[in-house]
Order: sequence, then structure tokens, then C-alpha cells
Amino acid sequence: MSSENLSSETIAGKRLLRLLVNGESHEVACRVTHSLLEVLREEMGLTGTKHGCELGECGTCTVLVDGQPVYSCLMLAVEAEGPEITTVEGLAQGGRPHPLQRAFSDLSAAQCGYCIPGILLAAKALLDKQPDPARADIEEALSGNLCRCTGYTKIIEAVEQAVAQTNEPHE
Amino acid sequence: MRKRMSPMSRDGKKNGFSVIGKPLPRIDGPAKCAGDTRYADDIVMPRMLFSRLLRSPHPHALIHGVSVRRALELPGVHAVITGEDVPTKFGIMPSTQDEEALAVDKVRYVGDPVAAVAAVSEDVAEEALRLIDVDYQVLAPILSIEGALEAEDHRIHAWNRRANIQKAVSFEFGEVDAGFEAADEIFEGTYFFQGNTHLPMEQYCALATYTPDGKLTLWSSTQTPHYVHRALSRVLDLPMGHIRVIATPVGGGFGGKSDPFSHEIAVAKLAMITGRPVKITLNREESFYVHRGRHPVKMWMRTGVKRDGTLTGMWFRSFLDGGGYSSYGLATVYYTGALQTVTYDLPAYKFEGVRVFTNKPPCGPKRGHGTPQPRFAMEVQLDEIADKLGLDPVELRLKQVVEPNTVTVNGLRVSTIGLRECIEKVAASSGWKEKHRLLPPGHGVGFAASSYISGAGLPIYWNDMPHSGVQLRADRGGGVTVFCGSTEIGQGSDSILAFAVAEELGLRPEDVRVVTADTDLTPVDLGSYSSRVTVMTGNAAIQACGNLRERLFEVASEVLEVPADDLEMEDGRVRSRSLPDRGLAFAECVERAETRFGTLGATGSYRPPRHPGDYKGAGVGPTPAYSYSAAVVELHCDSDTGEIRIDKVWIAHDCGRAFNPLWVQGQVEGSVYMALGEVLMEEQIFRKSGVHKIPSILEYKSPTTLETPPIETILVETDDPEGPFGAKEAGQGPLLPVIPAVSNAVYDAVGVRIHEIPVTPDKILRALDQRLKDPTVPSFEFPTPIRWAPGQGVEVPQKS
Amino acid sequence: MLRLPDFTYVRPRTLAEASGALQELGDEAMAVAGGTDVYPKMKRGQFTPRYLVSLSRIEEHRGIRRVEGRGLWIGAGETLSAVAGHETVRRAFPALADAAGLVSTLQLRNAGTIGGNLFVDTRCNYYDQSFFWRQAVGFCLKKDGDICLVAPKSRVCLAICSSDTAPVLSSLGAEAVLVSAQGSREVPLDTLYRDDGIDYLAKRPEELLQGVWVPEESFGWRNVYLKLRRRGSFDFPVLGVAAALRTDASGTCEGAKIVLTAVASAPKVVVDAPGALCGRPVDATAIDEAAELAMRVSHPLDNADMDYWYRKRMTRVYVTRALRRLADAGETAGGADASPA
Ligand SMILES: Cc1cc2nc3c(=O)[nH]c(=O)nc-3n(C[C@H](O)[C@H](O)[C@H](O)COP(=O)(O)OP(=O)(O)OC[C@H]3O[C@@H](n4cnc5c(N)ncnc54)[C@H](O)[C@@H]3O)c2cc1C
Ligand code: SF4
Ligand code: FES
Ligand code: FES
Repeated sequence: MSSENLSSETIAGKRLLRLLVNGESHEVACRVTHSLLEVLREEMGLTGTKHGCELGECGTCTVLVDGQPVYSCLMLAVEAEGPEITTVEGLAQGGRPHPLQRAFSDLSAAQCGYCIPGILLAAKALLDKQPDPARADIEEALSGNLCRCTGYTKIIEAVEQAVAQTNEPHE
Repeated sequence: MRKRMSPMSRDGKKNGFSVIGKPLPRIDGPAKCAGDTRYADDIVMPRMLFSRLLRSPHPHALIHGVSVRRALELPGVHAVITGEDVPTKFGIMPSTQDEEALAVDKVRYVGDPVAAVAAVSEDVAEEALRLIDVDYQVLAPILSIEGALEAEDHRIHAWNRRANIQKAVSFEFGEVDAGFEAADEIFEGTYFFQGNTHLPMEQYCALATYTPDGKLTLWSSTQTPHYVHRALSRVLDLPMGHIRVIATPVGGGFGGKSDPFSHEIAVAKLAMITGRPVKITLNREESFYVHRGRHPVKMWMRTGVKRDGTLTGMWFRSFLDGGGYSSYGLATVYYTGALQTVTYDLPAYKFEGVRVFTNKPPCGPKRGHGTPQPRFAMEVQLDEIADKLGLDPVELRLKQVVEPNTVTVNGLRVSTIGLRECIEKVAASSGWKEKHRLLPPGHGVGFAASSYISGAGLPIYWNDMPHSGVQLRADRGGGVTVFCGSTEIGQGSDSILAFAVAEELGLRPEDVRVVTADTDLTPVDLGSYSSRVTVMTGNAAIQACGNLRERLFEVASEVLEVPADDLEMEDGRVRSRSLPDRGLAFAECVERAETRFGTLGATGSYRPPRHPGDYKGAGVGPTPAYSYSAAVVELHCDSDTGEIRIDKVWIAHDCGRAFNPLWVQGQVEGSVYMALGEVLMEEQIFRKSGVHKIPSILEYKSPTTLETPPIETILVETDDPEGPFGAKEAGQGPLLPVIPAVSNAVYDAVGVRIHEIPVTPDKILRALDQRLKDPTVPSFEFPTPIRWAPGQGVEVPQKS
Repeated sequence: MLRLPDFTYVRPRTLAEASGALQELGDEAMAVAGGTDVYPKMKRGQFTPRYLVSLSRIEEHRGIRRVEGRGLWIGAGETLSAVAGHETVRRAFPALADAAGLVSTLQLRNAGTIGGNLFVDTRCNYYDQSFFWRQAVGFCLKKDGDICLVAPKSRVCLAICSSDTAPVLSSLGAEAVLVSAQGSREVPLDTLYRDDGIDYLAKRPEELLQGVWVPEESFGWRNVYLKLRRRGSFDFPVLGVAAALRTDASGTCEGAKIVLTAVASAPKVVVDAPGALCGRPVDATAIDEAAELAMRVSHPLDNADMDYWYRKRMTRVYVTRALRRLADAGETAGGADASPA
């Protein structure tokens, strides 16, 4: 078939994409077959995003697309042009860790740490939407991320602590 | 050799410590939460090639030839290797070296590696695999314990004496017949613990370079760089001095990354051939083939008791389904029989165990290594005994808890034991007395207790060297770096070192740099297995600090004009205890010491004490210190659907001194989680064809936040004399009691006994219908038992 | 890392264009919406299209809105999160909100669409495996082979319908709007499914789903969806029960529909259930009868998680619970009070 016959767009091989990642615009040459995960890790060097299955079954590759958590292993990079993408590297602001990062660190909630980037992003999406979640809301929001080390206990406590600290009146 | 500084004698501080025992954060937290930690697969190198392994699609087959010609012709392929390129056998245990990096003439499970490719991309490497032609002669697979025992002239391996039996052991400690004669009641049961796997979130990955100077470097997601170092040297025929192994931060191990692996050897060889960096990252499916997880074990247990519940004797048999290779199996089979004696007084004990080969991925060490299975059998049987005798299961245990400083009937020395307190506390905080047999129908509580080792008493290969070594460097700017071969797998071992050194030298943990798991830079530590790391590296670090401190005190005592034994290190200063304003900044002290002595460094090392057992096989079980746990599980079970919901887990753990309460809790919570996965849903299971039934992280069920109940952790502190600052292990032991406690709680809730792990809804319904059969055990003639009893052997006094 | 094989990506702006592309490209092309079903299957070699026709830039199949006198329109391109979170859906059709909200995980629901969910491939644990695995076991009818490994005597594939939303929309009498280059047609959603694990959709390959209408009448029906699976997230249903019914003021059942998922290759309508339920109060006897009928038509096989006898047995339990819930909800629940969005 010849693509000219169609009024639609046809993408084959490689393409130069403009991606908005962590507030910066990047031009990256990507294969059309590339998932966002592959582009972040392999083309952009943002290896903070992890992978544990590449099939949408584990949650370690979670990133935010316009604030919504998605699995970057199941999203084509060519579909990621336009929206704002946030990875774990984009959580800290001006060199200051995000309250979630601080709480996770303070409670030693990261053991091997491999699931943590994805969990932090899922948690951030929750808090951005619901600043004062109940424990059940946290459990629900993190139920798309597996962790084999922690039993989720310290992770959930850390989210609660971040909530408490964020909601504290500023002195 | 070891000199213990006693931090206990310090005064002026709560519990005498500045950082130990406080809920301070781990040192690797900020990097891990920033996504900054470099795991193996995060490393990229210029000119890097990618490798993939060709795996056998057959569970059991002879290889008559492998043709790689077509693969080599594929553009982008740089090298292809097969078994002939790396024919030397290896294996973690010196006496069972039965693995090949790439199968030479036989494959023994679906997934057994046969060839390896290095190519410009993973895609090309993958494509090349399809162009490798293997001439297989398919053999009948052996897929069950019974099948392995019956197939007397159909062997999986040729090296072992009896067909398909890797190891059979038999012991009798004390007089077991007399024990049963003294009993009022004898209980017997059969049990089955299904296999399961570690499923760390990080997939296996290794990267090798071979530089023009003839030096090989391997980065790997491994728990045991030292053993990988040895295996590489052996298989690649390179001197150990020319090989450097770096364990990258491990994204979860749980025992699954403790063997030297095919993929590690393959990338090393490919790097040597191509002269380029070669990386391999296994995918999730492959992790189920690499496995080395929990052995499926069939068990039979007979226990004799007095009417009041006092144990008079126990006879235990285990049948382990080992899979295609030995791995740690030799140790595992012993472990299934070793620790029954360290929780409750047992005057006579007989143990028979056998591990067979089957055509399935090899089993090995998973959290609790070989002990969760017998612990399940034993704690469920004790629950049944209590029930039949009309006793409270908690009381039954409390009646006969092992006393401190006991040598058990099988020659294990128990020093500190906080089991009684664990049991009492967990019973109290769970409201056991108000709940057991008293909850509404469908609701139940279950109890169990257990013990685990804080590091194996013996190294894996026979030697008298330290198990762990630490080097300390203090530089004139006041910086301190601690070097140790230990491997951070998430358990917090890097933080243990930083905190131990900070405590000893009066520094802040964040001021101590930690360099670990690099065989070029760090002294040997045997690895992150058997819960040995805190105790062994901690002690080595304390010793190194003591050595460094001697020099610092020598100069400080002159400068401050106080005797050295009046000095202490606190708040970044060396100061006098009696005249606290007389002090010297740590950095200044270091500078002066360097001026006096030259470059400052110190070493420390640790070797566990000798143990009393002196029979053949006594090497498995001893440890510097046993940890203890007790758990109560509350659940409800829907008798229409058989579904179980865990409402809460209370767990008390004797961790010696809690090195850091947050980290110990983290280990306990993680252990409880893993136990719940095993008891409720995780299964490494196979089709009749020998293929793994569900090799994916979707279908191999791992609990999510929604299945994980609240966990209440109670730390029982015993201050073990052998532990650093009194600490014992916490990373594995707390898994053990949870599994039988769930089964016991199911009985309390709906009145059925499930003698099988996992306890799934369909089994519960079958049991409620009285259609669930008890597991069977095969008949097998065990060897004549080795007989031993305390006092009969040569008592070797403990060192400390 | 598992990666996608090579393909050409076609991204049309209208459904007609997309359908035209599919027609032109024939067997070598596949439509993709959120890709949460398509991409994993391409990575495992179960789908091997050379062209992907993406629906991501198409606006026509979006939107969820109440049209007075017609019903509720749900665009096929809406994400499961959007469906689950939509006010009207939640109020009038809690079964649909629940079904959409119970699909896998939040991350997946943020990407996966309801259209993709309605047309999600049938599943079988001999099929949902890597190429390596399927080669090791021997390929089956559904892909690359010529025998069914679950039931070697079967001439047809018995892979199971695993959609959570299909049974619910079926129970609510939804109508599907299909679009092709030739125009559009509207058919009862039910009629789109065939009980054949391979050829599970009764539509032409180039026909695209624009959306579904939940008819106005259904607003008065109480509805519920119960899902059986091992874990509270991630997992596909191994049994799903959608039930909808309407009672008159006296509590007499006027209409009922029960549809099961994961017990056959299509959503399974329990045809006899209305007979057992209608014309009398929804009491224990009626519920027992309906549940028994449902169990009789439930035929799970050994190709998904959990024992098949267990899943069959659960059909009765889940149907009973679903109906009991609707009966208990009485006049208060369901869509009676749902106002236009
Ligand atoms: C780990 C995991 C768990 C899952 N769990 C569940 C679950 O619990 N329940 C469940 O129901 N599903 C589940 N799914 C399957 C799938 O993700 C969902 O069904 C999802 O809704 C599919 O939507 P999609 O937009 O991503 O579909 P796609 O993958 O884009 O498409 C799926 C199919 O629908 C076709 N299609 C899509 N849109 C249209 C259209 N408008 N017209 C015609 N054809 C169309 C495609 O051609 C393709 O054949 C799971 C998937 C994964 C990976
Ligand atoms: S039901 Fe049979 S033909 Fe269909 S996917 Fe499963 S094994 Fe293959
Ligand atoms: S890598 Fe597992 S969900 Fe994406
Ligand atoms: S911290 Fe290791 S997987 Fe979560």
C-alpha cells in the first residue's frame, strides 16, 4: 500500500519527536516501535524509570502523562508528543526533594528501591488530586505497583507522612 | 583475633549509643528516591553489545550438535558461543559442580541455556537466536519427586551415586524410639509445600568488559560477587586477580541472585571474544527459568507428646524436588531438618531428607532457605496437638521454650533467645486469649513461632579465612571511607556499615562513605545470604574501628594530656570522658595521627565461632546467633467461596538489639508480605510437558497493596553477645511463622486443616466438602542414620 | 527488555479513514486504541500486524453524554478511567462504573479504552505466552498451530472472553455503533460476539466501534457487576457476573438480564434467567433458581487462573450474591433517580 492514498499520517522507521519531559522540551530521534519507556531510558538517559515486565503487569515503569499515571512500557513514544511527561527525575523542584521523596527517605521506605520511582509517581498523582487521602485511597492508588521488599507498610506510612507534612501550616 | 569494644560502657547517652537503635534513615534513601541509584541495567558503555541466551524448549534432551553458522552471518552479530566455548562445570557448592554456562551435551529443563549471542542490539541478538540450529534428541522428562525416585535407570545427571538422588541424609539425635515410648500420644501427618520463586522487581542483568590489558570486569545484579568471582575464574580459566566483579545495587534478591549464573559467564566470555562491553538483561519470563527458588517439599512428621503437651520425640522426613541442578540443594536438604530443635525442647529427634533431580528449573535458596517448609509442618502439627489435647497452642509452646545457652539435641548452640517474650507479646497485643476459638464463624486467629540463623556458621567452600572483611580509610580532611565486599540488595547492608562506623568513631552516618561489593576495592565478604551480613560485616567494621581508634587515641592522649582509656569519640570529636571540654576535632586528630604514623587505614574481619556439633553434616544449622519470631494472624474466610482475607498480622521478632528499628521493621514487614504471598497464592508450577505454567508477573500472583494487611511489628531485644552492638538477623526469620499461622487461623475460622501450601480458595472448599486429601509422601529407603547426642561428640568451646 | 517488532504506524483523523486504511491493508493491519491489549500481545508474538492503525487522533469516538429520549452515549475512545469516573455512569450504571474501574490497574485504565475493552482479545493461558513458550509447548489453533491444547478434541478455540465491561453493557441492552468507509450501522452489542475463541467478533475487520448507546429504558434498571479474580488489581476476571433488573412498585420483577464473562468465548447471556425471575418478587427461591440456571451454562475450562470446577461453582455463588444485592437495594439504588448529565 502507498501511504499517500490516505489522508492520514503514516509513520515508519525513525522520527524526530519533541517530548516535554520534566518541564524541558527535548528533541529525540525515535523508532516508531519505541515505547516511551525505551526512549526515556535508552535515548534520553533517564534511567530512573525502571522496568520489570514490559507488559503492563508490574508498575515499575509508571510515569505521569499530564499528571495521570500510566505504564510507559505500553505507551508509544510517538503518542507522547504534546502532553507533559513527569518521571522520577522531575519530582524534585529546584534541587529540593518532593515531600514524598523526603518522607520515603526518612522512613527508609525504599529497600531495594527498584519499585520506588513508579510508586512515587503514582503517589504524586494521588496527592495532586486528593491532598488528604484516607489509607484506603492510598492503597487503591498504589495497587498498580508491585513491591516485593516492603510489604507496602512503610510506603503507605511515608505517603501519610508526606500528606501530614504538606498539610501542616507553614511556619 | 576479634576484640570487642563494648559500647555498653559508655555513659551519658540513652542506651549508650548515638546512632544505633534510633529510627534514622538509610544512607541510600535519597538516591533511591531520586531515581539516581544505578542498577545494572542502567549502565551503558560506549561500543556496548547486547546479549541474549538461546534456551532449551525441551525439559530433557541430549544435544547432538549446535550450528551457529546462520546466526553468525546475520549482520550486526559479533559473536555466538555454545557449550564448547565454556565447558568447565561450576556450581555454588564445591562438591556439586554440575552446571554448565551453556549446555554441552544435555539440557535438563525448559529454559536451560544452550547458546549466547552478542550483537549490536537486543533485537538483532534475539533474531540471531532463531538462526541457531540445535540438534536435540528428546528424552522423557522426570517431573515429580515420585518420578525421580522410581526412574532408577533413567538419569538426569551422571555424576551422582544413586539415579536422580542428589543427596540423601539421615540422622538420629538422642533416642527417638525411647522418646516415642515415653509419649502419651503420637501424632502423625503429611504436608506439602509447593515451590515458589523470588520474583524480585529487578530482572537479572550483567555487563562485562574485557580491556586490552587482559582484565575482565563484570557488573552484575548479584548477591554474591565473591562466589561469582570464583566461578568466573574457574570457567574462564583466568586468575582471580585479573577479574573484577562489581555487584551493582540489587533490585531485590531474596536469595534468587546468589548463584553464579550462565548469563554472567556468557557475557564475560563474549566480552573476551569481542573486546567490547557486552550486556545482558533477562526478561521476566526468563527469571522463572533461572529460578533457584523455594523447593517443593513433601513432608512427613511424627511427634510424641505427654498429655500436658511436653514433646518427647520427633521424626521428620522431607522429600525435596530440586529441579535440574544442584545449586544450593546440598545445604537446603540439611536445612529442612536442622532448626526444628532450636525453638522448643526436644529430647530426641530423627531426621531423614532427600533431594531429587527433576527436569524443572533448579531450586535453591529463598528467604528462609529450606526452613519454611518444615516450620510449616511442625507448627501446624503442634496446633493440631494442642487442639486434640485441649491445650491452648500458645501455652503449649510457652511450656517448652528452649532456655538461653542451651546445646540442642542436634548440637546447635542457642545463646540468647527471646522466643518466650515474642510469644507473650504477640499473644497479648493480638488479644489471642479473647479471640482463639471465640471469634464468630468464618473468623479465626492462628499462631506459630519459629527461629532462623544470623549467618551460616561455615563458608560455602572450606577455608579458615574470615567470612567478612572491612577496610577503613581515614584521610586528613577527616573523611572516613569503609570498604567491604558486602552487597546491598535492599536489606540495608551499606547503611549497616555506615552506622556501625559512625557509632564507633563518633561520626554522623552521612559523613561515612561506603564502598561495597567490588572485588578490586573491597575485602571479601561472602555475600548477602543466610542473613549473615549485619552480624558479620558489623563485627568486622567494629574491629576495624577499634584498630583505627587505637592510633587516634594514642595521639589524642598526648595532645589532650589525658590517658587513652579516658578518651571517647562523640559528636565528631575525640574527647576526654572525665574532662569533657578537653577534646579534639576528629579531622584534627586524624591529621595528627597521619603525621605520626603515615597513611591511616585499618582492617577488621569476622569469622563465626566454632560450634559444638562435630558429626558429618553438622555444618548446616550453626550460626553466631538465632533469631526468633512469633506471629498471630487474624483472618476471615468466606465459606461459600473459600476466599481468605487477612485482617491483620501481629509479629514479634527477637532481633537481638534493633540496630535501627525502622530498618528492622522494614525487614519484618517485607518478610510477612512474602510469607503471605507464599501461603495464599504464589506457585511455581508446571504443565505435564514440563513447561512452566505461568511464567509472567501477571499470572504468578504477587500480592498488591490490596491483599496486604496491616502488620504490627513488635521488636523483642535480647542484646546478643555475638552480634554487633548486640544485633541479630531480621531479614528472613519473620517469614517463617506467618505461613503456618495462616493455616492454623483457617482452622480456627472454618474448621478445616490445610496441609498444603498455598492455601487457596478451592482447597478450602474441597476441605469443607471433605474432599481434600492429605498430601502423600513417597516410600524411600533412607541411608542408615548418623547417630549423635550432645556430650557424645567432642565439645568445642565457643570463642567469645 | 521486551520490545515491539517492526510496524508502520498509521494515524488517521476520522473513523472512516481509519476503516478505509484497515480495509486497504487487510490482514496485515490492526486497529489500536490504548494499546494495552495490542502491545503486550505484539511483544509476545501473538499479534503480528505489519501496520497499526491508531485511533488516538480521532475525535468522533469520544465523549460520554446523556441524550434525553435516547440514552447514554459512551464513545469507544474514552478511557476506562473516564467511564469509571463519569458522574452519570456512576449514578445510573454503577455496574459499568465498577466493571470499568475493576479492569487491571489505574495506570492501565488511564490508557485503555472502553472500545478496546469491548473488543479485547480472548484469553487462554496456552496462548497468552511468549513465542518461546508457545514454541516449547507446541503452537495451538489460535496462533500458529492446528490443535487446541486445552481440549485437543475441540475443532474450535475455547479461549475465554475476558472483558469486564462487555457483560455489563450487554446486560443493559447496549447498542453498538459501528463505522466503516461505507457508513455506519447500529446493532445490539450482544450480537457482536461469537462463541469462538478465534473469530470472537461478529463484525467485519474494518468496522470500527464509534461508541455504544445505553438505551433510555435501562435507566430504570438496577445493575451490579461482580468480578472473581485472585487479586484486587491487575488480574483479568476468571468469572464476571453482570446482572440488571427492574421491579415494579410492589417488588415484582418486570425484567432481568444476567450475563457472565470468562465462562465462554463470548459474554454468556443466561437466557433462561428472566423466565426464573420475572413476574414474581426477587426472593430467595427466585434467586436460587436463577443462580442454578447460570451455573448450568457456565463452562469454565482449565485455561485460566483458579481451578475450573471452582470457577463453575462460583458462578452460582456470585450470581446469588449479585441478585441478592439488587434485591436488597430495592427501590433506592440503580438509575431511577439519575438525572441528565
Ligand atoms: C496486565 C493487564 C491486565 C488487564 N486486565 C484486564 C481486566 O482485568 N479486564 C479487562 O477487561 N481487560 C484487561 N486487560 C486488557 C486491556 O488492557 C483492556 O481490556 C483495555 O480496555 C483495552 O483497551 P485498549 O484501548 O488498550 O485496547 P487496544 O489494545 O488498543 O485494543 C484492543 C482490541 O480492540 C480493538 N479495538 C480497540 N478500539 C477499537 C474500536 N474503536 N473499534 C474497533 N476495534 C477496536 C483493537 O483492534 C484490538 O483488537 C488487561 C491488560 C493487561 C496488560
Ligand atoms: S483454547 Fe485451545 S486453541 Fe484456543 S488459545 Fe487455548 S489452547 Fe489455543
Ligand atoms: S515494565 Fe512492568 S508495567 Fe511496565
Ligand atoms: S523496595 Fe524493592 S521492590 Fe519495592
